[in-house]
Formats: sequence, C-alpha cells, structure tokens
Amino acid sequence: MGEDKSTYTDHVISLLVFNHPGVLSKITSLITRRGFNIDSIAAGPTKEKDMFRLTIMVKGDDRSIEQIQKQLYKIVDTFKIMTIHPARKVEREIGLIKVKAPMGERNEVLQMVNVFKGSILDSSTSGFVVEITGSSDKVDSFISLFPSNQIVEVARTGIVAMDRWEKQ
Amino acid sequence: MKGARILVEALKKEGVDTLFCYNGGAVISIFDELYTHGKEINLIQPRHEQGGTHAADGYARSTGKAGVVLVTSGPGATNTVTGIATAYMDSVPLVVFTGQVSTGMIGTDAFQEADTVGITMPITKANFLVKNVDELAPTVKKAFHLATTGRPGPVVVDIPKDVQMDETEFVYPLTPDLPGYRPKDSGHPRQVKTLKKYLHEARKPVVISGGGVNSAGATELMNEFCDRYGIPVVTTLLGHGVSPQHEELNYGPIGMHGGLYGNYALQNCDLLMAFGTRFSDRIMGDPDVFAEQARIVHVDIDAAEIGKNVSVDLPIVGPISGVLEELNREESYGDYSEWVEELRTYRDKNPLEFEQSEVLKPQYLIQLAQKYFPENTIVASDVGQNQMWVAQYFHFHRGRRLLTSGGLGTMGYGLPAAIGAAVGNPDAQVLTVSGDGGFQMNMQEMATVKQYGLKVKILVLDNSCLGMVRQWQQLLFDKRYSGTCMNDNPDFGLMAKAMGIPSMKLEKVSEAEQTMKAFAESEGSMLLHAVIEGEENVVPMVPAGKPLDQVIRKM
Repeated sequence: MGEDKSTYTDHVISLLVFNHPGVLSKITSLITRRGFNIDSIAAGPTKEKDMFRLTIMVKGDDRSIEQIQKQLYKIVDTFKIMTIHPARKVEREIGLIKVKAPMGERNEVLQMVNVFKGSILDSSTSGFVVEITGSSDKVDSFISLFPSNQIVEVARTGIVAMDRWEKQ
Repeated sequence: MKGARILVEALKKEGVDTLFCYNGGAVISIFDELYTHGKEINLIQPRHEQGGTHAADGYARSTGKAGVVLVTSGPGATNTVTGIATAYMDSVPLVVFTGQVSTGMIGTDAFQEADTVGITMPITKANFLVKNVDELAPTVKKAFHLATTGRPGPVVVDIPKDVQMDETEFVYPLTPDLPGYRPKDSGHPRQVKTLKKYLHEARKPVVISGGGVNSAGATELMNEFCDRYGIPVVTTLLGHGVSPQHEELNYGPIGMHGGLYGNYALQNCDLLMAFGTRFSDRIMGDPDVFAEQARIVHVDIDAAEIGKNVSVDLPIVGPISGVLEELNREESYGDYSEWVEELRTYRDKNPLEFEQSEVLKPQYLIQLAQKYFPENTIVASDVGQNQMWVAQYFHFHRGRRLLTSGGLGTMGYGLPAAIGAAVGNPDAQVLTVSGDGGFQMNMQEMATVKQYGLKVKILVLDNSCLGMVRQWQQLLFDKRYSGTCMNDNPDFGLMAKAMGIPSMKLEKVSEAEQTMKAFAESEGSMLLHAVIEGEENVVPMVPAGKPLDQVIRKM
C-alpha cells in the first residue's frame, strides 16, 4: 500500500486533541511511522479550554488517508478527527518573507506586495519583511516571483482550515 | 499517603495477584511498600527484565487478565522493550510500571535515566509519565482500563522517584477519565444483518479464527457457530484453540506454513469471514490474489485494521463475542455440505505429513508430546521452525493454550512465557518448545523456574543451528550457511543441572516414545534435550509474497 504516489493528493486533517504532555510528538511520530510525510502542521488553542486543534497537511491517496485517520483516532488523547473536504474548505496561511530590495528596486517589490494585498512589517535600506496571508498557493506564488537569491528568509505558519457552512 | 504506597493500594484495587518485578534504585521505595502492604501480591522476580515482561505476557495470554510488570528506570525499562513490543504486536494486555529519575533531574542525563515514554511510544497502546502524585491513582486506573478493553495492548506508566515519595490522599476513581477513548460495544446491527444475508447466499463459506477470538474468549462461541451451521474454520497462528466437534470442519493453520487444505479453503471459498485477524503478510501471501473469488467480511474491534491490508466487502467493527452471539441466533443458513465434502476430500489427498527416518524428526516429537501431555496443556513455543511444527502438529482444543510470539517473532519468548503461564495456572501442565537458538536467548530464566518451584517442561529441539533462517538459506542462498550454525552449543542438561532442574537427553528414534512419556509424566520441572535432524525443513511453504497456491511441498 502506498507505493504508487501518482494518485497522491493533498489532504487536510483537522484534529481536536487533549492538551496533554507529549501529544504533539505522539501524533507526528505516528504519522511518520506509518510512512507519511507531514507537509505542514499548525497547532493552537480552541474554544474548549483543555483541548487544542491541529491542522495537518499530508499527501496520500484516499485509502491511505483513511488509514492514517483511523490510526490517529486510536491515540487516547485524540478527541475528534475531521477531514477538511477539498472542495468545501476555507484555508489560510501566513507567510513572513524577508526580501532584498535595494534602492532602485524598491518600487517593484512594493507593487508586488500591493498586488498580493500583503503588508510591510519592517523595512530597511536593504529590504523588507513582507506578510502575505491567504491560501498556501498564494504564499507560494508570491515567493516564486523573486529569484531565490533575493529571498533572505521565509517563515510560514502552515495552513489552518475548516469546512464552510452547509449550504442552506 | 506516599506515592509508592498509593501504587500498591491501586494494584490491590485492580485485583492484581501477581507482579513480575525486578528491583532497582528508582523503584526501591515501591518494593519497600510491597514488603509491608503487598502481602497478597505474588512477587515473581525474573533474572532479566525481558524475561519478566515475557512472563507477564504469558500470564496474560493464558489467563486473560492483564500481566503486570514493575522495573526500575533506565536499563530496567529498556530491557522490557522487546517484551512490550511483542505484546503490542499480538494485542496482549500488559501494564508496565517503570521507575524514573526525580522530576527535577529529568532531561539532565542523570544516572539510569532513559526517556521511557519516548522509547515506548510506538510500541504501546498508551503511555504516561506521572509528574504529580495527585495524578498517580487516576493514571493507574486509566492504564488498566486501556490495557484490557477494546483491542487489548501494553500500557506503560513511568513514575519518577519524587512522585513515589510525595504524599497525597488516596482516592481510587471508579471510572477512568478517558473522554477520547470509546471502543465500540457492539457491531452495527445493519452490517450483521448483511452478513447473515451473505451466509444465506454463500455456497462455500470459511471462517478465519484470528488472535482476537482468543483474546475475546470467544473460542466456544466460534465452535458453536461452525458446528451448528456446518461452516469450515481455519486458524491464524494466534487463533489456535477453535476446535469444532465435527472434525471435518477444522482445517487448521493457514498462510506461509499452513496446511495445503487450509490455504485451499481460503483460495476457493466464496465467503470469507475473518474474525479478529489483521491479515498479516504471513497469512495472505500475495494480497492481490488472496481469496479472489470471495466476498470478504472482516469483524474486528479495531476499526483501523479494517481495510489496512486487504479491501473488504463488509466491515463489522465491534466485539467478536457479540457478533457471534447474534449470528448463532439464526435457525439456519445455507447448506454447505458439498463444500465441506470438497474440503474433506482435498485434505484426505493432501494431508500434512513428514517422512520418518532413522534420525529424530521434530514433527514426530511434537506428535508424541501431543500423545503424552494432557489435552489442556499450555504450550509456549519459541520462534522459528519449532513454532511452526507446534502450530502444525499440536492440536489445541481450548482457547488460550498456545502462547507464541506471532507478530514480532521474538526468539527467547518461550521459556519466560511458560513461566508466566505456570504462575497464572498452577494446576495446568505447561510445556515450552524451543529451538537451541531461542532457548539460549533467555535460558537464564531456568533459575526463576527453580526459585519458585514451577512445573515447566522444557523441550529443546536441538538442530545446532538457527533452523528457519538456515531453511531460507537452503531455499534462496544455495546452502551458504552464514551466521546460522551453532556447532558449539553448551550442554543443555548441564546448564539445567546447574540451575537445579533435572534433565534427559534424547538422540535415538527408538527411545523417543518412552522418553517423551517419562518427560510428560515427570514431577515438577524437567528439561528434555532432543537432538534432531539438522536439515529438516518446515513444509508446506509458500515463499514470502507468493500466492497461497504456489506452494513448496517438499524441500
């Protein structure tokens, strides 16, 4: 199972877990142990005070993703698992990008930031720190606009996602 | 009350009667509390923590209760790892308590510190580091509940030294606080109804009895299911013990070293009902052509097993006993007599057999053991050829009678598991069958047999090599016997004598029968050192990954 990677697609798994010591490592090591790579992971508190939500992006086919969900559900600290449906998800990621912008090239960079509705968090004579918020694709495409030697540093949150409201 | 005392009181609340334990610096205060307050708990001290953990495993498999282990931090804990992994692969309920360095010392590479929770994470159903004495009693409650319910498995509880010394009020919770843990308590009625429909439609049904049938204590229900409706049954290595009264319904072991007829039943059935098995690679051979013509129904308490290795037509997640009880309520299903006749005829033409010769044959010895040991003997096998010969030639008529490391395949399991079985079943006859390789991995535990006056019969099948690996070398590596020869084995009889256990040696076929009889009828413990044919092979054999009908009948 899982050798043919051509049928692999991105899947977003959302877990509600108890905030017990070691729970994050239990979940990530289980995913690794079963032969999957985590593309991104985001963790944060929820409205339930002793739980937090993990949003994990992994690649796999439907069957292997079902298997990994069942295995994750067996972790005693897991309270609930949801797959976020690809067609119905809303997702956001924040990327912080430190980009070189020497005098003479600054306007060009600023224009790009405007097109992407990004904001400038810091600026110096050497360049900017830019924040881009949106889907992972959006962050990817902003970064791909620049030659790699112009990007000094990138920090990304990994996506958080949830299903939209059911259509009434 | 001090944490150490709380642990002892909690064990008593759980009804623990036996503790497989090995003392050390980080658990010394728990042993001290056991000295005064744990008199009702039988302490069994092995010679190595691995032996103690396998003993707890043998105790658990043979009694159905959780096996409980207590060891010290660091090496004490790491020595239990093979035993825990063995139990995890075969879903055996264990609760392993490990000492830990004081909370303030954790992470400093202190003396005898190991990250026990980190190390055991992939091989436990759950594990806990108790950082506060107030959490101790609730954690013990959780540990026993998790180990013994749903799909059973090992649970580790790591207790730092200062937590053992800290004081709090002892309150043992009535129920475990585990909101994220909800094993199914019954199979879905609609799915069970569909299975009944399948049974009505089937002409060639077969049941696989897996380890789950044993751990659910459902062998009797399974016998009833087979006998009443005339349904043939085959068993996985861990599923031995199902034994319908009608012999023509029992087709024994399946898979790599299963009988030809068992695998024939799998490959030719039209309805395959798998109870409590995980469809391991050793059972399926080539998964693409496994039971090709059959509808596959998979009944298991663990939803994650369903669809993991094989696609199924009908999944039923729930306890096996409940599903069988429901199935057994029906007046009748189809008439399968033609199919049973087909299987019986096939078996008559293709029996399990071996060639007798002038040299002692291990299969013959297992047959003799069956003849002279009482029917309800508990047999703890080791791993390798000896294990397969036991599975093929010893018939088990009750559940929980074959103790064997199926999933992990742990050499050295047999003797300590037999010790656990003997402790848990003082009236039962206990036999362990090992090869010379596996026996030497834990033979120090003969001292434990002696210390507690246990009745364990130790049969060592000595072919002076690692037989199963040698067999693969014969088959696949042109008999280049690299790293498999053990020509300078110790004198096992002398080893036994040194540990206070009497022994016999058997080399001649002509003496086999009387020796086995004397061995079986001897009082107390005894070692029988049997020198067997060196190049005997386990057949039939389906090479790894091959379809079940591409079988080697003779090597």
